[in-house]
Amino acid sequence: MITHFYDVIIQTVCRLLIPFIQVYGLYVIAHGHSSPGGGFQGGVILGASFILLCLSHDLQEMRKRLTRRTILIFCSLGVTIYAGIGFVCLLLGGNYLDYGRLHRILPVDSVAARSLGIFGIEVGVGITVMAVMVSIFLDLASEEKVREG
Amino acid sequence: MELIIGKYNYWIYISLMMIGFYAMIAKKNLVKKLIGMNIFQTSIILFFISTGSKIGGTIPIVEQGAQVIEAGQYINPLPHVLMLTAIVVMVSTFGVALALLWMIYRKYHTLEEDEILRLRR
Amino acid sequence: MNEISFPILIIVVPLISAFFIILVGLLRRDLCYPLMILTLSFSTLSSISVLKEVLWGGTIHYRLGGWLPPWGIEYVIDPLNGFVLLIVSAISLLIGITSKRMVEREFPEKATFFYCLFLLQVTGLLGIVVTGDLFNLYVFLEIASIAGYALIALGEDGAPFASFNYMIYGTVGACFYLLGVGYLYIATGSLNMADLAQILPSLLSSKVVLIAFAFFMVGIAIKMALFPLHVWLPDAYTYAPSAVSSLVAPLTTKVGAYVMIRVALTVFPPAFFIETLPAALMLRWIANGAILFGCILALAQKDLKRMLGYVLIAEIGYIALGVGFGNRNGLTGAILHILNDALMMACLFLFVGAITYQGWPRKMDQLRGLHRKMPLTAAAFVIAGLSVIGVPPTCGFFSKWYLVLGAIDSKEWLSMAILLASSLFNAILFFRVIEKAYFESGKEHGMVQRTMEIKESPLTILLPLLVLTAGVLSLGLFSGKIISGIIRFAIPVYFK
Repeated sequence: MITHFYDVIIQTVCRLLIPFIQVYGLYVIAHGHSSPGGGFQGGVILGASFILLCLSHDLQEMRKRLTRRTILIFCSLGVTIYAGIGFVCLLLGGNYLDYGRLHRILPVDSVAARSLGIFGIEVGVGITVMAVMVSIFLDLASEEKVREG
Repeated sequence: MELIIGKYNYWIYISLMMIGFYAMIAKKNLVKKLIGMNIFQTSIILFFISTGSKIGGTIPIVEQGAQVIEAGQYINPLPHVLMLTAIVVMVSTFGVALALLWMIYRKYHTLEEDEILRLRR
Repeated sequence: MNEISFPILIIVVPLISAFFIILVGLLRRDLCYPLMILTLSFSTLSSISVLKEVLWGGTIHYRLGGWLPPWGIEYVIDPLNGFVLLIVSAISLLIGITSKRMVEREFPEKATFFYCLFLLQVTGLLGIVVTGDLFNLYVFLEIASIAGYALIALGEDGAPFASFNYMIYGTVGACFYLLGVGYLYIATGSLNMADLAQILPSLLSSKVVLIAFAFFMVGIAIKMALFPLHVWLPDAYTYAPSAVSSLVAPLTTKVGAYVMIRVALTVFPPAFFIETLPAALMLRWIANGAILFGCILALAQKDLKRMLGYVLIAEIGYIALGVGFGNRNGLTGAILHILNDALMMACLFLFVGAITYQGWPRKMDQLRGLHRKMPLTAAAFVIAGLSVIGVPPTCGFFSKWYLVLGAIDSKEWLSMAILLASSLFNAILFFRVIEKAYFESGKEHGMVQRTMEIKESPLTILLPLLVLTAGVLSLGLFSGKIISGIIRFAIPVYFK
């Protein structure tokens, strides 16, 4: 039986660091087209921030912030955003994922619409990847009974 | 000699691949097989990325306000993009495999292949 | 949304619905099943429409994102594609209808996730068939495979270990396929199938292309369960739950066979496969081994589902033999056998699912009196068994006929003898079961008293089973029309 030794230093440092890690994850998602980064990488960083919360504090701390239901909803939401943006392009008359057509509903011109379209799907990918990473960790860490982390 | 020294990167990838393959086949512990699979897939990813590099090439990002773009100066970004997808596939296969190992452990209380085969009879 | 966008909708609608089902399942559990059936019906109707359009108007090209082919991903549908697309979507619709009862009996609390994984598996299979880009095929191959690993592990009693075994094999196969794609990209700089078909004929003497071909063939052979690399199949399909094995067994290996036909005969010029390399010769020998091995090992099994797994290995051997003959009749037989074998295996595995649902054990010597309790289900088994043996007018006879014609055309007398001998082995296998089910009285000693009453299968399982049986019976008679209408255009022009 492993007893948990909650160290003050680890808890304090992690509590200070985790918001910055999350902001950095969002930055990596948003700057995927002009620096190394993108949806998958940013999603993993966001997921890692939640796992750090699990490891440094108790599992229940993270459960207060991300319930099982929320994780499931995020998994589906991300893919739905991705496929939904492609669908919208289809409805506006182009091929699937033809972001150039988005200029009819967004107030930008056709070239900038492509950039925004790619950004939209990267956000979707990031949400899904974050939810899946946290879900894998939760299933392995606590036999789905979620007592201790 | 030129074959070994000149193409040393291919020798590294092949040896990594064979280490992973050997682990998948010969090891009895299921977690070691899984790690072997991971090494195998990682070596393939490294191999692909190395095919896109050029001597003296720079990263394929266009600076703001650049007028003339010469494609020959940038390294090839397509293998990087393909391998991003392959890394995602690798991670999700690893996740499913870990969940499977957890189910196997809950049922048989061991992760050695010969004991599991004996218990399954 | 104009008619031209059906090729993409066939894939996108199941993909979005798979994740919608999770969201809907959080709110109301009983809406998941109708949503899945709606999605699969939409896919089937779209694939019928796409096939009609291809046969009238020629090959359909659909560009993803509007980018032109060598730079962008393109979905190409020609008669071969459209044919396999229709098979995959129709059979997954029929199996999807039957899955509800079997899921509720075996793992009711995971039903929502089962439907999501089912749709993801169907998305992956449909995507493999539709795409015209080699790397996109790898992505869909992995989607289908990972959903398959998770689905197979839902069974009990040894299923996670069998699924882990399948995963190790399957990952090696997919990685070899990826290596083949990489080598081709290094040699030519393109990933598009049509583009490669134009570039490759001038590069065939290079070692890189040769090794790429070898990697492709080995990787696809693992996914297709061709003879020496079939070891994952019996375990994985035996321990899988009934709803899962009736989906993956008819479809996964056939889609793998389609990929082999696509790579060997469309991407690489057919002369490379048949004349330059002895690859067709090796494929013939391996396929002969698969047929013999599958039939003989099936004789040794006591479990009905495991026996069907070995019969499946033999059927894959038929398709590979047809491709290996290298003439028009052989290839016609192989493509027709993709259709026939999918129907027969769906019927047989669904039969096993139906009797498991009613509580019959799967051991073959405990099937006594089956025909009295479940007459229609047992009749379906008999007809599917006759089709595997190759009795006219069932469809199995016609594909075997074309395979034998192909053997005669290329003067392969040993293969012809093996084809005919395998019919004899299959007859022994299936008549053994039919004798137990029909001709032995159920009141002999050894028959355990059952706690629940055995009756005929429920309607959602029985109706698709009867539709599949009717297909097995009637599609044989329509074989001539299928060949002259669809398959004749699906074969590359190289074969005279």
